Amino acid sequence: MATADVPELTCKDVVELVTDYVEGALSPLDRSRFDEHLSTCPYCQIYLAQMRETIRTLGHLPEEAVAPEALEALLARFRRWR
Amino acid sequence: MASHAEHDDAQLVDALKRRDEAAFVQLVRRYQGPLLRLALVYAGSRAVAEEIVQDAWLGVLQGVEKFEGRSSFKTWLFRILVNRARTRAEREGRTVPFSALGGAALEPGEPAVAAERFRGPSDPQWPLHWAVPPRSWGASPEEQLLARETLDLVERVIAALPPAQREVITLRDVEGWAAEEVCNVLGISETNQRVLLHRARSRVRGALESHLDPS
Repeated sequence: MATADVPELTCKDVVELVTDYVEGALSPLDRSRFDEHLSTCPYCQIYLAQMRETIRTLGHLPEEAVAPEALEALLARFRRWR
Repeated sequence: MASHAEHDDAQLVDALKRRDEAAFVQLVRRYQGPLLRLALVYAGSRAVAEEIVQDAWLGVLQGVEKFEGRSSFKTWLFRILVNRARTRAEREGRTVPFSALGGAALEPGEPAVAAERFRGPSDPQWPLHWAVPPRSWGASPEEQLLARETLDLVERVIAALPPAQREVITLRDVEGWAAEEVCNVLGISETNQRVLLHRARSRVRGALESHLDPS
């Protein structure tokens, strides 16, 4: 709910606040200003969607392959320790 | 976040204290990949990263008897890795990333999106609104985003990030950790964690945009 004494967010503000928004770190007032901007700005909706796609993509990177020799070396150390 | 895996870890750690080899193997299998990924942030090469990981496991064997479970095993394990990696880098006279600086002020960063993509502050109609807006990646961009080529690009972008950003985005988004766990392992505040994450994610988004919408 933008009121007369609270300036509306610009798109430039939105791209800097987007992480705080998705992380749930905005104050209730800033969150409602953010939502207000989004409700009227299709470009920032796209930007937010892209940010979410980015996060999802990051979660799909393949796991680092571990060399079998590394596991064997560790097991040898374990047996000495035991 | 007391997850199922955490509960399970606690049982494995108890077994490890009793010198149970199967428990050790299970812990190694669970964490070896993530440990290696984080070690690569500090190491100049894969070989060095692997040594750092081995070194961290030796630290576990040396210290497990005294591990009382005040933090989760995962947090403890990754702290050992980070500490050993930093000690090693210091010894070798390399600079270390330094979220270790905890509360230190962050250097001002580049904007999330290049300033040229916005109208000027004195634009009569839409000051600081998009001049060159982002374009949708499509209704279901998964296929393109998860293509091998795209994932390779993301790996390269992460590898080129400043180390402090790379640490955070690796643990938060690639490994899927909670913010609190990342702060605990890296010794940084929630606010710094978020700033580093923001810069890193913005950089990756920008690279994906150039890749998916090269116009």
